[in-house]
Amino acid sequence: MAELICENLVLGYENTILIEDLNFEVNKGDYLCIVGENGSGKSTLMRTLLHLQPPVKGRIAFGEGLSATQIGYLPQQTIVQRDFPASVWEIVLSGCQSRLGHRPFYSKEEKQLAEQNMKRLGISDLRKRCYRSLSGGQQQRVLLARALCATEKLLLLDEPVSGLDPKVTAEMYRLIAGLHKEGITVIMISHDIQAALQYATHILHIGQQVFFGKTNEYLDSPVGRQYLNMEGGRQN
Amino acid sequence: MDQLALYFSYPFVRYALVVGVLIALCSSLLGVTLVLKRFSFIGDGLSHVAFGAMAIASVFNLSDQMLLVLPVTMLSAVLLLRTGQNAKIKGDAAVAMISVGALAIGYLLMNLFSTSTNLSGDVCSTLFGSTSILTLKQMDVWVCIVLSVVVVAVFVLFYNRIFSVTFDENFARAVGTKVNTYNLLIAIIIAVIIVLAMNLVGSLLISALVIFPALSAMRVFQRFLSVTICSAVLSVCCAASGILISIVQGTPVGSTIVAVNIVVFVVFAIIGKIGGRS
Repeated sequence: MAELICENLVLGYENTILIEDLNFEVNKGDYLCIVGENGSGKSTLMRTLLHLQPPVKGRIAFGEGLSATQIGYLPQQTIVQRDFPASVWEIVLSGCQSRLGHRPFYSKEEKQLAEQNMKRLGISDLRKRCYRSLSGGQQQRVLLARALCATEKLLLLDEPVSGLDPKVTAEMYRLIAGLHKEGITVIMISHDIQAALQYATHILHIGQQVFFGKTNEYLDSPVGRQYLNMEGGRQN
Repeated sequence: MDQLALYFSYPFVRYALVVGVLIALCSSLLGVTLVLKRFSFIGDGLSHVAFGAMAIASVFNLSDQMLLVLPVTMLSAVLLLRTGQNAKIKGDAAVAMISVGALAIGYLLMNLFSTSTNLSGDVCSTLFGSTSILTLKQMDVWVCIVLSVVVVAVFVLFYNRIFSVTFDENFARAVGTKVNTYNLLIAIIIAVIIVLAMNLVGSLLISALVIFPALSAMRVFQRFLSVTICSAVLSVCCAASGILISIVQGTPVGSTIVAVNIVVFVVFAIIGKIGGRS
């Protein structure tokens, strides 16, 4: 049984269909990168996986004791957050909100969990700092720590390195790879095809042609070769 | 000082002070959330709706205007906060539209059907705060105390959720927090506060009570909790001193409170600049 199965998924908005007949599954311990051109529906797919919007058709099923609300989500930054007065501690702790149930306040265990995840990502000493005063890389770590408070199993990362400089980007990828090694399943939307090939175990390419499979199969597939040539040409 | 002591011997002065302070406290609590959600003008929009509703109520000669004003304002609050998601007319435009629309209709109705001899006086006092804060009955004070206790209790109990929903709605929804319910809750509370506050500062100046303390606190403090507490304290102090000044100097209550708030904002902005806003 896979952790996440998508069957005959049709995605889009009211009258526009972006993706048709999408089938893929994610097993425990996978590292899946979702790649594709802008506007191909990557973000829509992510929003659908998170139940932020319903699929037009098809089914998303969760397995292995994973429920839809146990996903650790790392969203792209919003404008509101850029000048939001909140300390690192307050933000990381808010990752525990799904554990609250009907209680109004966080318990000792939840505070410990937040503490552990801050240590795990090396941001314990930023605890009292204000979120808006942090660098881009530090802010991503804070949001990643919050995501880890919400899950022990599956992380969904929406372009986690956009806007970061190359050095910080490499650190971020190492950090995520480390979490993956600890046994957390990772699903990541990415523009960065080189990093996707380096780290991911599986690739889901969406667009006019759809590919889903292991990373080395992607390299040999027509879709993969075409996309890599195009991306490679752009970078050179 | 003697003069103040004399004023305090009158019950209506004490009532005004109690009600003013409570309203200021409640409005400032949600102010932080509204400012951060980019809904600063919602107070303004809703108070104009309340003004329109009040006009309709007086046209129909309703004995208790609150029965109409409160539900109408709540409904508008719900509609306005919902537009944040999928509306064809986006947040600020929707607020502006409803706000001026209700104002115009309200004034029109009052003009067409008013039985009062002093129409412009009535309108002016509804817009800029009337002296009715100084003519409160004991019953009004109790209603205000009960509602304030409810608002503060709800805010404290749901503080963690309100923070989550304000900081990152998508994340909150993804981990299963009932974001729509909490947005609804915020909308209803803000509607109650605005209807309460109309007596104090009037329709046009309500936004000031909601946003100024929050903005001042944000100049200096960096944590959500400290911003919230600071804005509550500021709001209470500004309202109390504003009411006292207006009683002693005979100035209009609403605008005096707002003026005190502006002074405090300037002071805090300067402190924030000097402090370096780390």
